[in-house]
Amino acid sequence: MFRFLLKRAALTLPTFAALMLITFMMIRMVPGDPIEVRRGERGISPERLAELRHEMGLDQPWLKQFWDYVVQILHGDFGTSIVSHEKVLTEFLTLFPATLELTLAAMIFAIVLGVPAGVFAAVRRGSFYDQALMGAALTGYSMPIFWWGLLLIMLVSGFWGLTPVSGRVDLIAFYYEPVTGFALIDSLLSGQDGAFLDALHHLALPTIVLGTVPLAVVARMTRSSMLEVLEEDYVRTARAKGLSPYRVIGLHALRNALIPVVTTIGLQTTTLLSGAVLTETIFSWPGVGKWLIESIFRRDYPALQGGIMLIAGMVILFNLLIDMLYSLINPRIRHGR
Amino acid sequence: MAVETAITERAQPAGPLLSFWRAFRQNRGAVIGLIIVSIVIVVAIFAPFFAPHDPIEQFRGFAKLPPAFVSGGDIRFPLGTDAVGRDILSRIIYGARISLFIGMAVMLVSAFIGVGLGLLAAAVGGIVDVIIIRIMDLIVAVPSLVLAILIIAVIGPNLTNTIIAVTIVYLPRYVRLVRASALAELSKDYVIAAKVAGVGKFRLMIVNVLPNCMAPLIVQGALGVSDAILEAAGLGFLGLGAQPPFAEWGVMLADSREFILSAPWIVTFPGLAILITVLNINLMGDGLRDALDPRLRRS
Repeated sequence: MFRFLLKRAALTLPTFAALMLITFMMIRMVPGDPIEVRRGERGISPERLAELRHEMGLDQPWLKQFWDYVVQILHGDFGTSIVSHEKVLTEFLTLFPATLELTLAAMIFAIVLGVPAGVFAAVRRGSFYDQALMGAALTGYSMPIFWWGLLLIMLVSGFWGLTPVSGRVDLIAFYYEPVTGFALIDSLLSGQDGAFLDALHHLALPTIVLGTVPLAVVARMTRSSMLEVLEEDYVRTARAKGLSPYRVIGLHALRNALIPVVTTIGLQTTTLLSGAVLTETIFSWPGVGKWLIESIFRRDYPALQGGIMLIAGMVILFNLLIDMLYSLINPRIRHGR
Repeated sequence: MAVETAITERAQPAGPLLSFWRAFRQNRGAVIGLIIVSIVIVVAIFAPFFAPHDPIEQFRGFAKLPPAFVSGGDIRFPLGTDAVGRDILSRIIYGARISLFIGMAVMLVSAFIGVGLGLLAAAVGGIVDVIIIRIMDLIVAVPSLVLAILIIAVIGPNLTNTIIAVTIVYLPRYVRLVRASALAELSKDYVIAAKVAGVGKFRLMIVNVLPNCMAPLIVQGALGVSDAILEAAGLGFLGLGAQPPFAEWGVMLADSREFILSAPWIVTFPGLAILITVLNINLMGDGLRDALDPRLRRS
């Protein structure tokens, strides 16, 4: 067992190495190096430029630069942003809780609505409700979420005035120290009246926007998985025993039907992170997605390099974790192949 | 001998095509999807014929005109005009060209390369297989939009580069799919029979194995078109795809952001165009999947 886990973990090492090489190379290929951009600065001398190049190691041979980069990363140093002069890791860790809060909220939104909707559609297979729910799910799946976000801002914030348009907190009304980095928890800890509600209001629309596609996927997956399970003999046995329909569906069928759903949810992480880029841009949500986009437009190579390295690294580790959990739950994966 | 039979069977396409159409027809949603997608394709191809105006012509004095069916609208601009007086309907019609072109191009190129790499990985195995699969794992590890953004950052934002970026992002799906189906086929008796008959590796993969991997590939291709359209529109919206004044749907939405409240129609229609197109391609794709490959009836 332990050997299997170790082997699975070792498999990610080449992936990490390739990831480092690719982020390193791609960022070098971007037209216009950051020093070139600075040449526009008034009164900067060629000597100073060379000095800056040297400071950042840009005058070294590529192989040496790459080696330095690998050593740096192994030391937990993901570079320094050219624009803010902050450590990329520090910047990332400051912004990441905002993204995490948003993605977690979106995932909860998707599960809490998607699983019951899928179960309901499966139980009432072929009915009007089933068709309506699955139609809605396919629409959600096809939704361009940046448009969905604009539409919701237009209706909910603009015309009905129910939620704020952007950001995580009303900065004029409330101030609290970022203890955990989660607006919902920090606002509660601050003890200010209404701060929590304010944070909740800010979170509502981005959550719906980001959660829509996963919601559709979870609902569709739950339905098809449930339909399969409902055909099984043990469900028929449970029914024949005279158990109440709720017990049969809720306890016997749902438990097994949820296994593939959990897999699907695990696979949604990258979708969520992709969606977070768009959602954060629309709602000016101060997370890593918006930060990455801004880094591109500012030609902030190290931030981009470090940011992508960190995000991809996290996804790889997360997938590894899920794989390991599976092999713990399901011995067939461990011994198969 | 086995090869002979396989080939004669392939020479009568009427049978499978007809049975496919019968199965496809069962699904009402898929037929509706097919009809609407066909309409969108026709409109896109004959855009100059359907569009009332030039998509980038600015009608001064007609800026931010509401749609014709709202009071204050002008019948000459059925869906209204945008902030600089361009006809929204014409822009959407021309935008259909761009979006469909991106969707088709991405699907064709990534399917083509994906089939090549997938078959190569399955046929050769060993270190080649490992390298191909590892690279695909790496592409999958980076969130699709983030990867597309990174590629765009390197090669620059324009229409061609959008296609390149999205193609790279979607490549792993095809490679993995083809490799998995090819590996499954390779262990079957007819392949062994072909090998015994002395069929070369290349011919074996293309003539014997590939046709049997087609069903899931076609389904993936159909769904891949809609995903590519969404991805490209997202890039356009972020300012990293097609560039203004190109009438691309994502670009139109990006332009509209500041007029959310003052001129909601500028925001509404381009997004609706994306949703309708993508939704109907997906409806069609679902139908294709059910008709071609009932085993894939999940998610």
